[in-house]
Amino acid sequence: MSDNLLQVIKDNAKSAKLPPGLEEADIKRMYEGMVMIRAYDERQKKLQRSGRIGFCVTSTGEEAVQVGTAHALQENDWVFPYYRQYGVLLYRGVPMEVLSNHLYGNETDLAKGRQMPAHYTHKDTKFVSFSSVIGTHLIHAVGCAMAAKYRRDNCAVVTYIGDGGTSSNDFHSSLTFAGVYKPPVVLFIVNNQYAISLPVDKQCGAETLHLKGAGYGVPAVRVDGNDVFAVYQAAKEAYGRARSGEGPTLVELLTYRAGPHSSSDDPTRYRGNESDQWQSKDPIERAKRFMQQLGIWSEEYEQEIWEQARFKINTATNESEKYPEPSWASMFDDVYAEMPPALAAQRDEFLEKEAGLDRANEGEFPL
Amino acid sequence: MAQMTLLQAVNNGLATEMERDDRVIVFGEDVGVNGGVFRATEGLQAKFGEERAFSTPLTETGIVGAAIGMAVYGLKPVPEIQFADFIYPAFDQIVSELAKFRYRSGGEFTTPVVIRTPYGGGIRGGLYHSQSPEAYFAHTPGLKVVIPSTPYDAKGLLADAIRGEDPVIFMEPKKIYRSAKGEVPEADYTVPIGPARVVQEGTDLSIFCYGAMVEACTVAAEKAKEKEGLSIEIIDLRTLYPVDEEAILKSVKKTGRALIVYEAPKTCGYGAEIAALIAEKAIEYLEAPVKRVGGFDIPFPYTLEKIYVPDAIRIFLGIQEVMDFK
Repeated sequence: MSDNLLQVIKDNAKSAKLPPGLEEADIKRMYEGMVMIRAYDERQKKLQRSGRIGFCVTSTGEEAVQVGTAHALQENDWVFPYYRQYGVLLYRGVPMEVLSNHLYGNETDLAKGRQMPAHYTHKDTKFVSFSSVIGTHLIHAVGCAMAAKYRRDNCAVVTYIGDGGTSSNDFHSSLTFAGVYKPPVVLFIVNNQYAISLPVDKQCGAETLHLKGAGYGVPAVRVDGNDVFAVYQAAKEAYGRARSGEGPTLVELLTYRAGPHSSSDDPTRYRGNESDQWQSKDPIERAKRFMQQLGIWSEEYEQEIWEQARFKINTATNESEKYPEPSWASMFDDVYAEMPPALAAQRDEFLEKEAGLDRANEGEFPL
Repeated sequence: MAQMTLLQAVNNGLATEMERDDRVIVFGEDVGVNGGVFRATEGLQAKFGEERAFSTPLTETGIVGAAIGMAVYGLKPVPEIQFADFIYPAFDQIVSELAKFRYRSGGEFTTPVVIRTPYGGGIRGGLYHSQSPEAYFAHTPGLKVVIPSTPYDAKGLLADAIRGEDPVIFMEPKKIYRSAKGEVPEADYTVPIGPARVVQEGTDLSIFCYGAMVEACTVAAEKAKEKEGLSIEIIDLRTLYPVDEEAILKSVKKTGRALIVYEAPKTCGYGAEIAALIAEKAIEYLEAPVKRVGGFDIPFPYTLEKIYVPDAIRIFLGIQEVMDFK
């Protein structure tokens, strides 16, 4: 890794001291936050493989990105995520059920069963709904930050994009607007080395992705994204710049997508053995070593937090499974503030003619 | 009341809404100090400051995308896309994001953005300054599509769009920006999105139209009266989505004959929707097949614009054809 890469964890050190601004309790909380994400991913995979949920996106290997950036957030801050930042939701204290209800797309899902799993939305924590189109949400974050600046509100607007997303139209429009208007926005490039099957060296001809900031006049830094304390430090500094009116920051977080793109992807088709070398850079293992260096980690502690995490997750997913799917009528809601008459007519006609004509069993023709 | 052109009414409408609500901000290419290339935002920066009326970098996807983020935060952005022909870079933001935000978030997040854009022929603008892309947007659930044809409606509909909670594509017929004149109250008022306007009542044939075509249809109807003694009803739809079904069906049930006029290429143009609506819900009242007079299915030509855009002559021929059916 290059010399200008921000790192806090020294993997081979015998001892360590607390990073600036972090207490022992913070270290533990961050570690537990990462464990929670990994345990959630374990559960998601099982549910998907057994057919209990239709689809899932995991973020194995990218836990430090989520927890490091989340730990520095304040209550007023906004988050414009993509698929692999649900750990931010958990870290901000959103109940596990909120996430698991979305996995099931049941009647209590905040997205009302309208989006594929992994498209979380949560207004109370300013975690903004996103689409599956890559890059489009970045400019929303920039616009949101422009609005916050107009309102003289003290907050940071945080957004994330993958390495593939840096090629999208709206990466360009976002950096253009961010550079010109200097709103309080922090853009994280989560460089996990792959956009589905395409490796980053075939995604972009530049040596690093953070170089892209310079062309737009947006200050940029490059951080070891598997070092949760380095991520935190970079995030804290960037959010601070945002909140104090110093404008946008682009932060490239170097990490590795240890799992597939999604449950529909098979990485053996395009990936060699290089994942082996990343195993040693597993963000959870590295944080654990750091805690060992600090003398605040034990086997009992490890076992306890994993058990707690799994219990919490299993309880929530079991509960989510009990809820029915959203009502058929609800499919027509929320297209407009008030339903137009022609849409209401479509709904009423459909319900009148087809109520009870279920399609639960494939091939069955109920008429 | 003051005499205003449609363009002045838009400008006055923006100023009125900015005056009454500090959430309203306007921006787009050359919108600030230059007042927009058509001057629709003239004077707004001087009056409301650079924070509320400003020029943006040349990226339409950025303009609409940023507007969405501002709306999520709680503002009421009214971005301008300089020509409707340049809206396509923002098509992804409009169709994938703006239109679907409320739905996909289960109503948690809303994006009340009003995108203003001049559209249509009439200024010798060739392929890329003349298009009428309204059908793309009327086809997208989550958007409202509004097209005024008079100064009074322009200000009133714009006000209703800005005060509403839904995204609106507000398309301004630039051919009549300066030629359409009328009385417009200085005070604030709204014209509700939805209801169509009966331009003139008639008993022999109904014309459904919008934007700059309303004027052409009025001339054609005048000639039809003069030359053939026909009584033509003209309905200005004003809102393409949600469309005023009741007004359309009521008119066609009365006259039994329907002509639909629009500038965009005929195939899959908005008129097809009106024709289908009449076929589904009022076919038994028809005394002749429904006819569409639209643009030809070609890109918008420069030199031959005068024979491309439907005019009173082509509309008159359309009226004759529908009336001649026995």
